Amino acid sequence: MNTSALIMMIISLVIAFGGAIYFILKALRK
Amino acid sequence: MKTDEWKSRYGFLLAAIGSSVGLGNIWRFPYIAYENGGGVFLIIYFFALLTAGIPILILEFSLGHKFKGSAPLTFARINKKLEWLGWWQVLISLIISIYYSAVIAWAIAYFVFSFDLQWGVNTIDFFLHDFLGITESPLTLGSLRINVLFSIFIVWLITYFILNSGIKKGIEVANKFLMPLLFVTMIIIMFRSIFLPGSYIGLNFLFTPDFSKILDVSAWVDAYGQVFFSLSVAFAIMITYSSYLPKKSDIINNAFITGFMDACFALISAIAIFSIVGFMTYNAGGEVPKNLQGVFLAFATIPKAINQMPFMPSLIGALFFLTVISAGITSEISITEAVVSSIINKLHRPRKEIVLIYCIFGFIVSILFATGGGLFILDIVDHFVNNYGIVCTGLVEVAALSWFFDLNILKDHANNISDFKINNIWNILIKFVTPIILLCILTLNIYKDIRIPYGGYSVKALTYLGWSTALLIFILSFLISKIKWYDKEILKGLK
Repeated sequence: MNTSALIMMIISLVIAFGGAIYFILKALRK
Repeated sequence: MKTDEWKSRYGFLLAAIGSSVGLGNIWRFPYIAYENGGGVFLIIYFFALLTAGIPILILEFSLGHKFKGSAPLTFARINKKLEWLGWWQVLISLIISIYYSAVIAWAIAYFVFSFDLQWGVNTIDFFLHDFLGITESPLTLGSLRINVLFSIFIVWLITYFILNSGIKKGIEVANKFLMPLLFVTMIIIMFRSIFLPGSYIGLNFLFTPDFSKILDVSAWVDAYGQVFFSLSVAFAIMITYSSYLPKKSDIINNAFITGFMDACFALISAIAIFSIVGFMTYNAGGEVPKNLQGVFLAFATIPKAINQMPFMPSLIGALFFLTVISAGITSEISITEAVVSSIINKLHRPRKEIVLIYCIFGFIVSILFATGGGLFILDIVDHFVNNYGIVCTGLVEVAALSWFFDLNILKDHANNISDFKINNIWNILIKFVTPIILLCILTLNIYKDIRIPYGGYSVKALTYLGWSTALLIFILSFLISKIKWYDKEILKGLK
């Protein structure tokens, strides 16, 4: 897998899962 | 009539995510990303999610939660003159619920076929001729396929049992079972696909950024279109689902979780699908397989890849179609619930009675999709309902609410019960950004369809099945809104 593709894959996964986990944790903490 | 409610926030979230994650995440998103600049498209997609997808979700969650009704009742409570908009959305759901049942039915049949790879070597031929018995045109129905009909019957039976049990005991319980199943099967398929030889070729196709696409209007229109279609907004579902939320519910946080989880599922399936595409390309000595989206991806390309898999192909096949079935059923029940709840609200009849009548009606109309012309009809109706119906209702919804209703009422409502607050940027996104984007999508769709008739079908077929359906549901929505509510008092008291 080329480097630019790998970087974009990691960025996308971090945004999607990071966003979801952040708001789920926010909901759980309440 | 007492309204059912979600038992827990977790139940509502699973149902809302289940509604969003549908067949589009599996067979539309990966191809659109690949077509529109790979990694660059994904960045545009997240921008679209934050500037249109989640703001509209907040709008619809607030509407349903504040006005406590199905889409027609919600819009009628805002202004009686807007009731037809709710029915327009409901009629779109009605049409989708019928043809969606046929696609889930195909997946059920293919789930069974996968145990002995019954589709053989020529998967396209098997799908079109042996399985569907396809005719030469959409206006020739051909023979009835009994196995397809039987599978459609099963889909409606499942839908009936889930909806008949109500919100808490039906939809919530079904989603609590199906959503974890969907997540687990998707993850298994993704990891299996990544470890296939040549998977990196597909992942390079999917993620390598093509920065020239950042200035390409069609990439932006596709990104916004994908976000819009995927999140189940503008066809009555999210308004209906959020109307079952208890009084104290964090609407804004729920909208963010739903939007991001939908993106997670889309990414997982894109990685899985394109790893498989890479594997096929590797096996074919560098030749990229055709049919990388839509029904042909699921029922011809993937079965072909499954044939080539080195280890337990039947198991991967069964898991793939189980994923399609789970994603389909969770969406199907939400689409059907949007219709059923509207009829219950309007006629004040018991849920069990309306669900039974609607599922029988749905099954009878679905018979059309068990004929040899079914695939063509489905393709045309889907194109027109999505590209004109949903885009137009979305456009009218945001325009009507922005310009004839005070958006601050909804904003304050959402902020009062939510942890995370929204500000005036949300008003701007709903009032200006979303309508402009939807108008661009609509203009582009009209331009494309006028320039070249969709799918190479005859103008006669497109007029009868496509334009007429889109126009008919628009007219019918006005007529239905003229029918009196069982009790006029239902429209009062919640403004």
